[in-house]
Amino acid sequence: MVATKHTIVVQVANRPGVLNRVASLFRRRGFNIESIAVGGSEALGISRMTIIVDGTSPMVEQVRKQLDKVIDVIKVSDISGENIISRELALIKVRTTSATRGEIIQIVGTFRAKIVDVSSDSVAVEVTGDEAKVDSLYNLLRPFGVREISRTGVVAMTRGTADDGRGEE
Amino acid sequence: MKITGGQIVCESLLKEGTEVIFGILGGQILPLYDTLTQYPQLKHILMGHEQGAAHAAEGYARATGKVGVCLATSGPGATNLVTGIADAYMDSTPMVAITGQVGRPFIGKDAFQEIDITGVTLPITKHNYIVTDINLLAQTIKEAFYLARTGRPGPVLIDLPRDLQVESTEFNYPSKVELTGYKPNINGHPAQLKKAAKLITEAKKPILLPGQGVLISGACRELKELAETAQLPVVSTMLGISAFPATHALYFGWLGMHGMAYANLAVQDADLIVAVGMRFDDRATSRVNAFAPKAHVIHIDIDPAEIGKNVRVDVPIVGDARAVLAALNKLMIPLEHGEWLAQLSEWQREHPSLAIREAGEVLPQYVIRQIWEATGGEATVVTGVGQHQMFAAQHFFYDKPGSFISSGGLGTMGFELPAALGAKVGRPDELVWCVAGDGSFQMTIQELSTVARDSIGIKVAIMNNGVLGMVHQWQSLFYGQRYMATTLSCPDFVKLAEAYGIPAANITCKGDVRPAIERAIATPGPFILNFVISPDENVYPMVPPGAALHEVIEAPKKEVPAWSRRNTP
Ligand SMILES: Cc1ncc(C[n+]2csc(CCOP(=O)(O)OP(=O)(O)O)c2C)c(N)n1
Repeated sequence: MVATKHTIVVQVANRPGVLNRVASLFRRRGFNIESIAVGGSEALGISRMTIIVDGTSPMVEQVRKQLDKVIDVIKVSDISGENIISRELALIKVRTTSATRGEIIQIVGTFRAKIVDVSSDSVAVEVTGDEAKVDSLYNLLRPFGVREISRTGVVAMTRGTADDGRGEE
Repeated sequence: MKITGGQIVCESLLKEGTEVIFGILGGQILPLYDTLTQYPQLKHILMGHEQGAAHAAEGYARATGKVGVCLATSGPGATNLVTGIADAYMDSTPMVAITGQVGRPFIGKDAFQEIDITGVTLPITKHNYIVTDINLLAQTIKEAFYLARTGRPGPVLIDLPRDLQVESTEFNYPSKVELTGYKPNINGHPAQLKKAAKLITEAKKPILLPGQGVLISGACRELKELAETAQLPVVSTMLGISAFPATHALYFGWLGMHGMAYANLAVQDADLIVAVGMRFDDRATSRVNAFAPKAHVIHIDIDPAEIGKNVRVDVPIVGDARAVLAALNKLMIPLEHGEWLAQLSEWQREHPSLAIREAGEVLPQYVIRQIWEATGGEATVVTGVGQHQMFAAQHFFYDKPGSFISSGGLGTMGFELPAALGAKVGRPDELVWCVAGDGSFQMTIQELSTVARDSIGIKVAIMNNGVLGMVHQWQSLFYGQRYMATTLSCPDFVKLAEAYGIPAANITCKGDVRPAIERAIATPGPFILNFVISPDENVYPMVPPGAALHEVIEAPKKEVPAWSRRNTP
């Protein structure tokens, strides 16, 4: 069975230690987290995690069920097969010289990314998009010398009126 | 009226119906203990070790179906509970463990006896809490008990900072809990039930496979009805022992590493497995990709995560065993499986896994069988972990639900004495036999002081083979008889018992076995029997590690002359 990337949305009660409970579960069951992003949600006291895991479908189904058992977890949905919007934000600091600056600005422009800081020998670029877009911008900037990159990890939701509250049997 | 944190704990325990607490005190739980002086209705049993307190709470819980409660101080008291908590987690035993914690201002400062016990027990509890706001205390206890006993039961730990125990607030015990993320599914999905009924009706070689979930949910009657209506032969898991009467004509033993050969053969040849409240543990399935190769699988369990975890399932039914079986029974029509049952009986004759050979020496199998005969099966048997555990599981025929209590998932040596003690506290009018290994027994032997002090009338049968028998057996069969670190040095158990003021006897020949058992039963209060047995008596049948379930090693031929029929006394 082939491993593929799955996007799992987890809504959790915002109680102390909840991130630890979720992370501990992944470690203990031997599941690998590719990325995890945590933040507030539309409901008070509920945080939303977007977790990207790489695994076979039965394995990811196990992840989903095990997550559902964590008492502070309110809802788990694997939205991978859905029509989803997924976005990641990255800050990339690139070395510049007077010779390369123009070209960098041009690349940043085509990606609809932004330059958010400029110094004599570097610029900081802010880019938002799906993982692939962030990856390709990063790859294009690499030859100039990337000093630092900081990525948020992917956040995701389904398109249209559906909410992510299904996923339960 | 405002009351203290300690009083809130006691009042809440009373609301939850707690009658007994097993524990050991210490600095950070002292205020709560001080409050206990005002609550004589809460019987406290002082244990010799916190591990014992946790196992006693487990034994009590499994004997009564109620939530077992144990209490310990912070730091070493809390960490000593860990093995018992893990044991309860693995065997889905309802337990609430309450630990003292350093005062809130000291938390995170590595204060004296400060341990992050909620961190430590995170992966071995169903849920845990550290209470930092007195106004959340009552609600937390309410939730803890609710979580411990509902759904798939398990241990819940509450860590109580010392200063919180003396702080005061109004006491309002909530009437219900609100846990948005926790809603165990009780009733099976109707469409799935129909599919299951259809598969059962079509099956030629069905096996009904109950686990401990049936006991936990109190579904034994419903299970029996299903088996009898559909004429389904029953093979249980080891922890499922006693979920179905062992002397029933439809019972064909338990499966797994030391299960009956015919039970294993039955499962391997079955065309349908109806698994109820069990989790396809590797000791039960043996090599999992060779497990029941011809069978469709119906899996009924309250924990959705168990379904499809180890074995591919055709009809998953998430729900409480009792509710699901009751609903399934409504869909069942009477069936016949005469040919299949005849086949199973033939295998049972061909593979007399429970035959006890004639021997002059004291055989552990014989001792267990004699306990069964002497008690007429009217006893609760609590075991340690090792060969004696397997003999106790094999050679006593458990008819009464919950009459077999053993550490299954964690396999914790030292379980027997404190768990038996807890079971006896829960079932004061019943005979409780503690079947102990000489190694296992010594791991929690300090609880003899608890047994003696409170005159807890358990009958202990030590299977004294002078070795860590089960490991010795592996060294014998799989490690070229290179015996490393399996020889024990045992004290004179009779003298030791006497030192505690507990009557005891040595049994060294077969003729003394039955009279000794009867004497122990006739003597009020605790009694210890030290059965001296051979270090080389192996447990058979055995499925070697890595083998398929039907690849059973049976007792060497010389050991099987006198086949005594399984169900005849
Ligand atoms: C706490 C713990 N430590 C180690 C083991 C590994 N182990 C399993 S059975 C066994 C030997 C048990 O010996 P004994 O209690 O004398 O019982 P016997 O097998 O001889 O009946 C050991 C060491 C275990 N299950 N639990």
